[in-house]
Amino acid sequence: MAGMQAFVGVDTLPWLIALPLIFASASFLLGPRAARAIAPAGLVIGLLAAVVLAWQVAAGGSQRQALGGWAPPLGIELYADGLTALMLLMTAVVVLPVGLYARVYFERQPGVAGFWPLTWFLIGAMNALYLSADIFNLYVTLELLGLAAVGLIILTGGVQTIAAGMRYLLAALAGSLLYLLGVALLYGAHGTLAIALLAPLLAPAPYAGLAAALMVVGLLVKSALFPLHFWLPPAHGGAAAPVSALLSALVIKASFYLLLRLWLDLFGTISTAAAGQLLGWLGAAAILWGSVLALRQEKLKMLVAYSTVAQIGYLFLLFPLVTHTGAGAATSALAGGVMQALSHAAAKSAMFLAVGNMILSSARDDIASIDGLSARHPTSLFAFAMAGVSLMGLPPSGGFVAKWLLLQAALVAGQWWWIGVIIGGGLLTAAYVLQVLRCAFMPAPRGKIFQPVPRTLEFSALALAVVSLALGFVATGPLALLTGHRS
Amino acid sequence: MSGGLLYAFTGASLVALGLYALIVYAHLLRKILAFNVMGSGVFLVLVGLAQRAGAADPVPQAMVLTGIVVAVSATALALALMRRLFTDSGATTLDETD
Repeated sequence: MAGMQAFVGVDTLPWLIALPLIFASASFLLGPRAARAIAPAGLVIGLLAAVVLAWQVAAGGSQRQALGGWAPPLGIELYADGLTALMLLMTAVVVLPVGLYARVYFERQPGVAGFWPLTWFLIGAMNALYLSADIFNLYVTLELLGLAAVGLIILTGGVQTIAAGMRYLLAALAGSLLYLLGVALLYGAHGTLAIALLAPLLAPAPYAGLAAALMVVGLLVKSALFPLHFWLPPAHGGAAAPVSALLSALVIKASFYLLLRLWLDLFGTISTAAAGQLLGWLGAAAILWGSVLALRQEKLKMLVAYSTVAQIGYLFLLFPLVTHTGAGAATSALAGGVMQALSHAAAKSAMFLAVGNMILSSARDDIASIDGLSARHPTSLFAFAMAGVSLMGLPPSGGFVAKWLLLQAALVAGQWWWIGVIIGGGLLTAAYVLQVLRCAFMPAPRGKIFQPVPRTLEFSALALAVVSLALGFVATGPLALLTGHRS
Repeated sequence: MSGGLLYAFTGASLVALGLYALIVYAHLLRKILAFNVMGSGVFLVLVGLAQRAGAADPVPQAMVLTGIVVAVSATALALALMRRLFTDSGATTLDETD
């Protein structure tokens, strides 16, 4: 790719943070009409920047940049390796179709002027989080992300949604304060915040164990891992469809990423196999509990929200498999976990957008009220089904590759018990996805009226579903970026 | 025990008290206050632990300043939400809205 040579010297790292912030301010100052008009351009530029960075990492290894020329420990450093590049790409790929969907979706609802400024702040906070390399900066980006997410949740909806936003805000604030307390302990002991400088200094000691436990628990609250998931279903199920898509697909991945980054790069010397097993068992419980509750839901969006609780569980299966298990198991567990994050991002956003279309069309959020939908909105239903295939882990989807790699890691590590969890979770997922499809394929009752849905809405859902499926075919690309360029 | 450690232990107790109140009390204003107590506790730990040879370390002070800005904005958002919840439904706790 000779054309890419021109980008070798481009400083993509600061721009990935500055660009969304510029668009956020412009969207706020220029008003909702202009914000809606400039959004597609910004989303496309953001995607290009993420692609260029991924290419730079693939070609030249991990990238570092000391802001303002001040090197750590005094200055703030931005850092990107293969994992960072993948998370940035995931964000950019998902926000583009969701943004195009939101432009049309909110056209009919005046008064949601806050959507674009808040979404840009959300994107800026996520990009900054992925690029930060010091544990205090990470705290600040976590808080920015949480505040923007709460703002987005309460844009629409009634008392229930405001209560859900409030519950989310309180849980998120408590989580980040626990994280900050861990940061305070580590800084008090070693006097530095940069992950790269701190990692060699950490040794097994009570203070380090306490700091790590506080930071991990704080992040578990934010990632909504069972049993700390109580805030997620009402928040993700109550928000407007494009907002639910952003929250479920991307926002929880940010705190999961941070946990993974700390686990691999900072707590390597102090993590124990028992702690890894505990995270894995919580993940297994999340898969079971989330899936069973998804099966019992009567509302479409709550079903998809509980499905997120379950799918988060799969992400945590990687922790027991990377902790003191040997290089073979660890490599494939990491690849499987990251693949699960990527394919779930595409599949879950597709699912929330498709469900949003079903609700717009039938004017009700009941699973029972979509009978006959298959004839009227095959595109949205197809998107839902394709996303479901990826969540179940059927070939050839991205979800299949993720679960296959996790199974392989479990076999290599000799931890056979995860195999039952992964297969059982897949069957339960099939049950709740098929429940929706079964209703949709029922004949429509006499006199049932489905409202038309704009094409943009149907095709943005479909595009994301195609991405979740296509990830299964092109998985080697992201996986090479991940394993080839670690630290 | 040095002065710094005394601050740190006081901070740790404040965090514990704040977390307890945040979980136990239902009234939203109490929860918001509890979050602020917890935040102040974390800031005390930050400043108290980081003493370099008797002199105060300026980095945690900068961190606490940033932390205060975050806490003030989060408190403002929480209060605005609570007021909206009250005017819309008359509820002062989250359980009343279910």
